[in-house]
Amino acid sequence: MSVVTEAMRQEILSLLPRYPHKRSALLPALHVVQREQGWIPPEAMEEVAALFDLRPVEVMEVVSFYTMYNRAPVGRHHLQVCRNIACALRGARKLTRHLSGKLGVPLGGTTPDGRFTLTEVECLGSCGTAPMLQCNDDYHENLTVERLDEILSNLP
Amino acid sequence: MPAEKYLSGNFDRPGSETIDGYIALGGYQSARKALESMTPEALVELVKESGLRGRGGAGFPTGMKWSFMPKAGKDDRPRYIACNADESEPGTFKDRAIMEHDPHQLIEGLILGGWAMQAKAAYIYIRGEYVRPARILEKAIQEAYAKGFLGQKVMGKDFAFDVVLHRGAGAYICGEETGLMESLEGKKGMPRKKPPFPANYGLWGMPTTVNNVETFCHVVHIVGRGVEWFRGIGSEKSKGSTLFGVSGHVARPGLYELPLGTTAREIIFEHAGGIANGRELKAFIPGGSSTKPLPASLVDVKMDHDDLAAAGSALGTAGLIVMDDTTCMVRASKVIAHFYRHESCGQCTQCREGTAWLDKLIGRIENGSGMMRDLDVLLDVANQMEGVTICALSDAAAWPVQGVLRHWKDEFARHIQEGKCPFPDSFEI
Ligand SMILES: Cc1cc2nc3c(=O)[nH]c(=O)nc-3n(C[C@H](O)[C@H](O)[C@H](O)COP(=O)(O)O)c2cc1C
Ligand code: SF4
Ligand code: FES
Repeated sequence: MSVVTEAMRQEILSLLPRYPHKRSALLPALHVVQREQGWIPPEAMEEVAALFDLRPVEVMEVVSFYTMYNRAPVGRHHLQVCRNIACALRGARKLTRHLSGKLGVPLGGTTPDGRFTLTEVECLGSCGTAPMLQCNDDYHENLTVERLDEILSNLP
Repeated sequence: MPAEKYLSGNFDRPGSETIDGYIALGGYQSARKALESMTPEALVELVKESGLRGRGGAGFPTGMKWSFMPKAGKDDRPRYIACNADESEPGTFKDRAIMEHDPHQLIEGLILGGWAMQAKAAYIYIRGEYVRPARILEKAIQEAYAKGFLGQKVMGKDFAFDVVLHRGAGAYICGEETGLMESLEGKKGMPRKKPPFPANYGLWGMPTTVNNVETFCHVVHIVGRGVEWFRGIGSEKSKGSTLFGVSGHVARPGLYELPLGTTAREIIFEHAGGIANGRELKAFIPGGSSTKPLPASLVDVKMDHDDLAAAGSALGTAGLIVMDDTTCMVRASKVIAHFYRHESCGQCTQCREGTAWLDKLIGRIENGSGMMRDLDVLLDVANQMEGVTICALSDAAAWPVQGVLRHWKDEFARHIQEGKCPFPDSFEI
C-alpha cells in the first residue's frame, strides 16, 4: 500500500505544467501529502522522490528545512501560538500558559487522545490583530483567554 | 485635507475581491491603458519618473530595477517576475490585507509589470501559512483567466502572460529574493551568492525581477493617475503613500494608509489612538523587527527613507511596533534575537554563529545572569555580522541589537547589576 494514493498522485501530476521544471512542484506536492496525511511519513518522502526523479535524501532535506512540514504525526487540531514581538507585547505568553495548563501538555506536546498539539511559532503576519494563533488552516485573532476557551469548546 | 487612500480604498467595499466588483470600481483600466497605448519601454520610463521605491523593505527604485532586465531582441530567453508575498518580517501584515481584500489590484499590477518587462509569467510566492489569502487569490487568478486578462492573449493583445500562485512552507529566509528563487525551484531556501544578479540569472537561470506585493499595486495607480499625481504625495525622496502597519501597545492597532513622510507621532497618536491603557510611549520600531528601535523622544521623525536614516533607523516594511513604558527593552530584544537565530539558514559562519551568540548573550542578561563584559561582546558580535554575508539576514539580526544598545544600554547594565529584570510589569516571554 502506498502512502501517496492514486488520487494524490494525479493531483501532483496536474501541478507540473505550471512550471518549466518539474522539481518546482515539490513543495506543492508535499503540501498535498500533508493535507491528506496530516504529516509527511518517511515512506511518502520516498514515493514523492520517485515521482520527481530525486533521491529520497533530497526530499528529506527539503522537508526538514521548512517548518510547516510535520515530520511526526500531530493532533487533529494543531494550535500554533505566535510568540513574536507584537503578540508577545499583547500577552501571547498568557495564552500559551493557559493552553498548556488546560490541555495538560507542554509546548510541543500532544494530548493523549490525539485531539490537540500545542506549539509556538514565529510571526504569522497578523501583528495588527495580536495576540493570535493558527489552528490548522485558520487564523484566530485578537485573542483573550475567554475567546480561546470559546474557540476550543467549538472544535470537534 | 487627508490624503486619499488609493491602495486600500477598496478594502471595505463589498464585492471588490470579485473581478466584476473590481471592474465596477474602475479596475483593470490601467492595464488596458498600458497595453493599448504604451510601449514596454515607455512604461518602465514612467515607473522610473514616478520615483516609486520598493515596499519589500530595502526601498530600491522600482523603475531602475525593471530597467536592469536584458533588452528583448538582444536576449530572447524567457523572463520571469517573482512577486514576493512571503511577508514574514515581524510587525508586517500589509500584503496579506491586499491579497485578502483586493486581489485583483495585485493581478493588475502584475500584468503591468509583465508588459513592462515582457515577462512570460509571474510567480507569486506566498508564505505557506497564508491559506485564506491564497484561496482568495487563486480564485481571483482563475477569474482573470476566464475574462481573458491572463493567458495566451491578454486583453486581446498579442501578449501571453501567466500568473501562478506558489505556496511556501514556513521559512523567513524565503522572503530574501534569491532564497525565494531557490525555494520556488523546489529546494531549500538558501540564498544565492550575487553576482550573478537575478536580472540575468534568476528563476531557473532566466532573467527575473523580484518585487513586493505592494510595489506592484502602486504601479496600477501610477499608470491610472499619472506621474505628477504620484509625485505630489509623500516626501522628497519617498514618493506615494504606504500601508503603515501599527502593532503593539496602541489603542487601535491596524493598517493605516498614509503618505510617506507622515510623522510617527501622527500615526501613533492620531490614527492608532495613542498608547493603550493610559500608558506612555517608551519606544517604537519603525519598520519591522530588522529596523533599529527608537526612543519616544524621536517620535516626531518623519516616516520616510531619509528622515528615518538620519534618526539612525530605517523605513523597512513600515511595520511600526509600539512599546509602552512598562516594556523591558532587553526582553523585547530577546524575542527578536531568538527569531533571527531560528531563521538563519546557516550557510555563513558569521550569521549562523552570530545569531546564536546574540540570542545567548541577550538571554542571559535578560534572566539576570549576565556579566558587565557581555555588553561589549554583544556589540562586537553585532558589528562583526554586518556586510560580510551572502544575504542581509545577518545585518537584519545585528541592526536591532546595535539600536537597542545605543539608546538603552543602561537597561542592559541594570539587569546585570540587579541580577534580575527591573521591569516587573513588562510583558512576559
Ligand atoms: C532575510 C530577508 C527577508 C526578506 N523578506 C521579505 C518578504 O517577506 N517580503 C518582501 O517583499 N521582501 C522581503 N525581503 C526583501 C527582498 O529580498 C527583496 O528586496 C524585495 O522583495 C524586493 O521587492 P521591492 O523592490 O518591491 O521592495 C527580505 C530580505 C531579507 C534579507
Ligand atoms: S546571511 Fe544568514 S541567512 Fe543569509 S545566507 Fe548567510 S547564513 Fe543564510
Ligand atoms: S508578531 Fe504575532 S503575528 Fe506578527
